[in-house]
Amino acid sequence: MKIPYYPGCTLNTVAKDFDLSAKTSALAMGFELAELPQWNCCGATFPLTPDNIIALTAPAKVLSNARLAGDTLTTLCSVCYNVLKRTNKVIRDDKERRSTINGFIEADYDGSLNIIHFLEILRDRIGFEKVKKAVKKPLNGLKAASYYGCMLLRPFEDMGIDDSEAPMIMENLVTALGAEPVTFPNKIECCGAHLAMNNEDIVTRLSGNVMTSAVNSGAEIIVTTCPLCHYNLEKSQPKVAESTPGYKNVPIVYFTQLLGLALGQNEAGLGFDKNQWDARPLLKKKGLL
Amino acid sequence: MKIKLAQSAIEGSEINQLERVTGEELKRCYQCGKCSAGCPVSFAMDIPPTQIMRFLQLGMFDDVMKANSLWVCVGCLQCYARCPQGCSVANVLEGLRQMVLRKGEDHYGVKEISARFLEKAPQQAIVCGFRKFVS
Amino acid sequence: MPRIGVFVCQCGNNIAATVDTKKVAEEMKNLPGVVFACDYKFMCSSPGQDMLKNAIKDNKLDGVIVSACSPHMHEKTFRKACESAGLNPYQCEITNIREQCSWVHHDKTKKAGTLKSADLTRMTIERLKKNKPLAKIKIPVKKKAIVIGGGIAGIQAALDIAEGGVDVIIVEKEPSIGGNMARLSETFPTMDCSQCILTPKMVEAELHERITLYTYSEIEKVDGYIGNFTVQIRRKSKYVDEERCTGCGECIEKCPFKVDSAFELGMTKRKVIYTPFPQSVPNVPVIDAPNCTKIQKDKCGVCAIVCGPKCIDFKMEDKIVTVEAGAIIVATGYQLMPNERFGEYGYGRIKDVISGMQFERLASASGPTGGEIKRPSDGKVPRSVVFIQCAGSRDEKKGVSYCSKVCCMYTAKHTMLYSHKVHHGQSYVFYMDIRAGGKRYEEFVRRAIEHDNAMYLRGRVSRVYERDGKVLVQGADTLSGNQVEIEADMVVLATAIISRDGADTLAQKLSIGYDKYKFYNEYHPKLKPVETVTAGIFLAGTCMGPMDIPDSVAQGSAAASKVLSLFSADEMTREPITAIVNKVTCNSCWDCLTACPYSAIERDAVKNRQGVITKWLAKVNEGVCQGCGVCVAACRSKSIDLRGYTDEQVFAAINAF
Repeated sequence: MKIPYYPGCTLNTVAKDFDLSAKTSALAMGFELAELPQWNCCGATFPLTPDNIIALTAPAKVLSNARLAGDTLTTLCSVCYNVLKRTNKVIRDDKERRSTINGFIEADYDGSLNIIHFLEILRDRIGFEKVKKAVKKPLNGLKAASYYGCMLLRPFEDMGIDDSEAPMIMENLVTALGAEPVTFPNKIECCGAHLAMNNEDIVTRLSGNVMTSAVNSGAEIIVTTCPLCHYNLEKSQPKVAESTPGYKNVPIVYFTQLLGLALGQNEAGLGFDKNQWDARPLLKKKGLL
Repeated sequence: MKIKLAQSAIEGSEINQLERVTGEELKRCYQCGKCSAGCPVSFAMDIPPTQIMRFLQLGMFDDVMKANSLWVCVGCLQCYARCPQGCSVANVLEGLRQMVLRKGEDHYGVKEISARFLEKAPQQAIVCGFRKFVS
Repeated sequence: MPRIGVFVCQCGNNIAATVDTKKVAEEMKNLPGVVFACDYKFMCSSPGQDMLKNAIKDNKLDGVIVSACSPHMHEKTFRKACESAGLNPYQCEITNIREQCSWVHHDKTKKAGTLKSADLTRMTIERLKKNKPLAKIKIPVKKKAIVIGGGIAGIQAALDIAEGGVDVIIVEKEPSIGGNMARLSETFPTMDCSQCILTPKMVEAELHERITLYTYSEIEKVDGYIGNFTVQIRRKSKYVDEERCTGCGECIEKCPFKVDSAFELGMTKRKVIYTPFPQSVPNVPVIDAPNCTKIQKDKCGVCAIVCGPKCIDFKMEDKIVTVEAGAIIVATGYQLMPNERFGEYGYGRIKDVISGMQFERLASASGPTGGEIKRPSDGKVPRSVVFIQCAGSRDEKKGVSYCSKVCCMYTAKHTMLYSHKVHHGQSYVFYMDIRAGGKRYEEFVRRAIEHDNAMYLRGRVSRVYERDGKVLVQGADTLSGNQVEIEADMVVLATAIISRDGADTLAQKLSIGYDKYKFYNEYHPKLKPVETVTAGIFLAGTCMGPMDIPDSVAQGSAAASKVLSLFSADEMTREPITAIVNKVTCNSCWDCLTACPYSAIERDAVKNRQGVITKWLAKVNEGVCQGCGVCVAACRSKSIDLRGYTDEQVFAAINAF
């Protein structure tokens, strides 16, 4: 099974580990992420005013090209998923904006693409039960906190991947992999997002809240699905550790890295070396490496 | 602070423009405070989300435009997700940002970005940041 | 030749400003059959009516036209006046020259208005010539009432009707009467114990010789019309013989199986054979069949073994009982919105987030904790409690747009109960507005704040989550403009009041209206607050929308007084404007039967001399017919006519135009 795949800018560069581990895991699960032959940046933010149509043209172009590759498009980055899914909905439901956008990008796209997240493939197309059966090396004893952030979930009426207040899709995956899910209060709170560019204080505070909340709930490792969340958490950790008595740094990994590991894939192909806070000592300690 | 209320301000052209750009109806907000309660960056705002809506209802457009709230909001949509009236302060703030940026007034310059940041930062942060802060 | 009198009203200036009433009257005098015509300032006034009566006598009138306002206003007045002057009231017709003529004309020369008034009056005169004297229809009344719902509104209604000397049946879905009020601890603003004031009424209803209780029963079907309803009631199988059961409770004691108690909102268990609460009326247990192993798997049967009077019957089946009654009161009450809909409050995930109704049970002496405030997770006494108002109310996005009306008051009451029971505890209330309109209500809320130290915070809560055995509440205080975080031990949600599941199905059975929230519609929100569009069916209590106990009780009594006044005569009279079938030409196609929105058409057997049925013809039930005329239009053989609006009358009027 080949599924058309949109990596997005970040997965092709600083989040190569995310891309790599996802492709490896997919093959292990019996499907292939077929990268679109032609794609551009999605714009990295969905314009919040209906008036800002120009910002919809970049994702619309991605969608219109993707439609040539099939009726489904999958992606990994939460932001890409958010932007593409919401743009697709606008094009599908709003005739007026559809025709304006199509005019801009010189296409005739109708919004008929089905945008699904990699997590949805695992849950809805394959099923976590089957994932569990495919696990070769259960992540026994690993206390993993799933951090969702914002873009995967909100707004609920557009995203609909899971309950926006109490999502469980990542915990359920982690459980299927044999790890011990740690659910923590701040799992749907913001990391600070693009303020990374010009307001480190806010990012440190927000990411800090997320990490301390996870660690206080017993997490040994934090699992994410967004390169920006991943970056903000990793980068904030030293300052958080500095200002939080008793805080110990934890590795922050993509869910696909744990998935690949549990499916018995070689650690080298999963990009663990790219994480700022190395997960390998922990995994070794748990007998998972 | 004493506010001089006048119909000309309440129905001011900027307010109208804002409603047109965002598609948000400001008077729908009944000031329950749920947005401020859940806003992750409210602590850093000089006018918190609920009051942004109130100030705009009162026609105090200029005061709102001066607030750092415009640039602190990350658009996480926590406010919208829980608003009982279906309002989105995030959308309103984006509309205000847009009104500034469309005048060509950048909030942040390319030169201000540190090299250290550029080295490791995810591309999406840079693209998104530029979309939010630069005209 | 008929002898018709025409009376043209000036209605002060309402008509006279644009209509020359004198001229209209003069013109009418020239028409054949008109022997008298005049105009007058106010025909509806006493002198106006006297003038009409005298004219009837003096001129020996056999028909009267009053050209005045809409017949909705004064048709009754003038027909009554005619009747008192010895004329058949249906020989009086009204021409509407105000709403349909003078008010829509601005022409001060009065030309157009006068012309149209004359036309309209002439049409009515021709119509009147074809009138036939009619007599009011008399319908016998079955003096028995059914009250659907045995909550406080229904109980009050039943007691009042019974005290008025009329038999009444209470149909209650649950195994006991008492409704939601039976769950409450104390009641605002007097703080008297809910059960202490309710249970005497429940017992009074049980013992009253004119009240019959059908508990564990539901309405199956409703036929008939005001004064003559036929109601089928499903009496669900209790598996316990009500007549013989002594209420000893031995069966409950010995039953080995437990399930969550719905009455206690899941905070404790009950047996599979159970009464909902200790003071249940009647004090007869029922078996919860889906959970009973004897009924499901033929195992156990302990209850039948220990039952002294041997009144348990596992083979018992539902019974359908048919009751004839003259009036029905609907008092089916409310339920609470599922709190799980609001994920941000964590209800269902966080044990110490409970609903207001659950708090009532915690505070109730007969509740799961014996009246001590203990939190569900670990049974500890909470040192701080956060109350969140409008949890579902005034929330268009995920809840309901209306205000549930009682939450402000019961939340204030909760803070008081809490401060009385947990002396050094702190309560916090998140509110949007304090709605305390009512006798001594505002003072009550002030007492909670000033005397019982409830900290009121104007704002809503965004999120509730757990941390280290605490419930963290993230809210806002909009008055100070700040975010607020409270480390609480327990959170109480003031859940929205919604209509009962199945409220729409019942409304359809009864042919009564309901709104988009499935609350029942009153006939008129101000002037007919307990009536429905279906005559003989009345409403009381929260089935109409959120209200408190005093209002529910008042409505119960109001509905009861309506029933008693309906039953005050042996027969009811009603207007004879009903359809009538011509038996000679009816060809039994039954189009009328399918067309009639009131089910007023019946199949009437025609028998020959030997008593053998030879054919069936349509017949109009005069008690049910509303005179809408749909059957008249539907009838292919033109065999149906509407009294007072016959084809002959209508065509005569049109021809005169």
